[in-house]
Amino acid sequence: MVRRPWRRAIAQWRRSIQLRVVTATTVLSMLVIVVLGTLLLNRVQAGLLDAKVQAALAEAATGSSTAQDAFDSADRTDPSVYETVLRDLVDRLASAGGPAGANDVALLRGPQTTSADAPLGASSFELRPATVPDRLRRSVQTTGDQVWTYGAISRASGGEVPVVTIGSPVVIPTVSGPYELYFVFPLDKEQETLNLVRRTLALAALGLVLLVGGIAWLVTRQVVTPVRMAARIAERLAAGGLEERMRVRGEDDLARLAASFNRMATSLQRQIRQLEDLSRVQRRFVSDVSHELRTPLTTVRMAADVLHEARQHFDPSVQRSAEILQTQLDRFESLLADLLEISRYDAGAALLEVEPTDLRRIAERVIEAAEPLAERRGSRVELLAPDGPYLAAVDSRRIERVLRNLVVNAIEHGEGQPIDVRLAADDKAVAIAVRDRGVGLRPGEGALVFNRFWRADPARARTTGGSGLGLSIALEDVHLHGGWLQAWGEPSNGSQFRVTLPRSQGVELERSPIPLEPLDYSRAVPVAVGQPYRRTVRTDAADD
Amino acid sequence: MDDMRGRVLIVDDDTALAEMLGIVLRSEGYEPFLCSDGDSALAAFHEHKPDLVLLDLMLPGIDGIDVCRQIRAESGVPIVMLTAKTDTIDVVVGLESGADDYVVKPFKPKELVARIRARLRRTEEPTQEMLEIGDLVIDVAGHSVKRDGHPIQLTPLEFDLLVALARKPWQVFTREVLLEHVWGYRHAADTRLVNVHVQRLRSKVERDPESPDVVVTVRGVGYKAGPA
Repeated sequence: MVRRPWRRAIAQWRRSIQLRVVTATTVLSMLVIVVLGTLLLNRVQAGLLDAKVQAALAEAATGSSTAQDAFDSADRTDPSVYETVLRDLVDRLASAGGPAGANDVALLRGPQTTSADAPLGASSFELRPATVPDRLRRSVQTTGDQVWTYGAISRASGGEVPVVTIGSPVVIPTVSGPYELYFVFPLDKEQETLNLVRRTLALAALGLVLLVGGIAWLVTRQVVTPVRMAARIAERLAAGGLEERMRVRGEDDLARLAASFNRMATSLQRQIRQLEDLSRVQRRFVSDVSHELRTPLTTVRMAADVLHEARQHFDPSVQRSAEILQTQLDRFESLLADLLEISRYDAGAALLEVEPTDLRRIAERVIEAAEPLAERRGSRVELLAPDGPYLAAVDSRRIERVLRNLVVNAIEHGEGQPIDVRLAADDKAVAIAVRDRGVGLRPGEGALVFNRFWRADPARARTTGGSGLGLSIALEDVHLHGGWLQAWGEPSNGSQFRVTLPRSQGVELERSPIPLEPLDYSRAVPVAVGQPYRRTVRTDAADD
Repeated sequence: MDDMRGRVLIVDDDTALAEMLGIVLRSEGYEPFLCSDGDSALAAFHEHKPDLVLLDLMLPGIDGIDVCRQIRAESGVPIVMLTAKTDTIDVVVGLESGADDYVVKPFKPKELVARIRARLRRTEEPTQEMLEIGDLVIDVAGHSVKRDGHPIQLTPLEFDLLVALARKPWQVFTREVLLEHVWGYRHAADTRLVNVHVQRLRSKVERDPESPDVVVTVRGVGYKAGPA
């Protein structure tokens, strides 16, 4: 369920250059902007804090010496006066306010200072001893020098405030053990400035990324639109719309692309026109030849017939001549008919007239017509059509011719063995297989049989009067239907020719209801030694 | 055998073929008349009053198609076309112009004679038989078809086709069966013959040839007579 949109997105990604370019540009510019922005922000932050810390350190140093002076000049006889001095100092220092801004102050008693008369520490508003980090205190105690650190304190109003805390030791005379003076400078002003800078930068970055993405989109669109248009036009050209052209605007590279595209289309159109003209001339020629050759042939045919009818009145040699004339005229006639038929295919002039037809009826007619030949050859032709009807939209004249050809071939090469004509159908296709058990086909011959004027054995006498074009025509006929004509064969195991036809025109064939290898084959001869030769000639309307 | 089986007008520009046709037909007992161009074909037709016309489709002057139309316009005499072309368009145009049958060159003389014989053989002895198909009344003996008392002109072939269908209104005729019954082909021939003649018949007998109710198509099988 989740996958489908994913796939769609991936497909979109693969299809669209524009999407890829825009995404890549946006991602890359985003990376650059983030890096630059971070650097910039760090510089600003460092600059801001440096100034603040320097001012704070100076102020703390001044405060520290003021405190030390106050203690040094205090009345040393009364320890209790320290308490007062200490509080005064804290108040004074806290409220002083220098160039580093407002601050809090704490004067804390060191841990070693334990004498009873030593005053307790004091701090200004909000600053409790706990907010001075222990680490800072320890380092003040050990170094006895000014030490500072960043930190944060929580306000009573809630929220944390970043601060810089500076500590230095203070010695109260007569009291054993040091005190520590801490200044806490809140950094909220700086924080605010930084936040403002950060927000501004983020906004600028976002704007920049969008701008760059938009620019990339616009620029790629300028390139991609004509490319897409070219693709669309090319598709229309391929579909036969030879008049389609691209719009040429301006003189840039894309205009050049469009112009050369159009030149290509024009040249293609011209060549196609030429071919069409040639084909028309060819068709015309075929038609004329057909008429011109056929009329004298008819006359010769009739004259020969009259002679043939009257042959018993002639002496034997003339009688034989009349017979030879007759049979050779038959051959000449069928050769001429086949030649004209095949040149009609070559000229693309063959038209298909389909009509729903029960192929079983065609098979029955063909077998009945072939019966005399089968009897002469001692073959029995059996029709295996268990179900039916085997309806398909076909040109019955052509399919009958195909089937007649296959059946006659099977009888002639079947060596008197039984011949099966098998029919089968599924919801998309109807198949007819003609199986003989004769000489079969040698390896490589499965494809050759469909070649024009091909003979299995050139040395063999041409006993049968076939023109050598029968299977080529059959292939063209099946082709025209968008069907398959395939041959299987193996030496001395016979052969099988299978016609597969789509039930309705325009349906792409996917499989045949009859396997190409005969059903009885694997049972009769187990495939133990070597593999049976198999060669498929796939024919479909798409490859012409 | 009678002295003459019938008069045949041969319209063909190829004199050798025409002469040979004459020889063959004469030997079969027909009386041939020759005519070598389309312009004089109609005059020859009027002069000789043939029982059948053998017509070449390609003729100098007026071509075979037009000659066929001219003859058909005034007579139902059987016309057999001689054609060198088997392309559907040529055959169908010839049949639509009124030819009853066609023979493709090169043909065997026997084949041609069989075609001529089939066209000239009149359907049996007239029997007193009235048939009804759709709202048509067919008088088989009187060779007439009437709708509401108005006669409809049909050629003998169209009449035979209609009678064949009307005699067995319950039966669906395949094209092959019709070819055998009406045209006399014993082996399967060109079913376009049937298609074209059914169209021609419909254009004459149907009230609306687009949705026929006299000669009904049974898809994938053939034709049958519409309900009476």
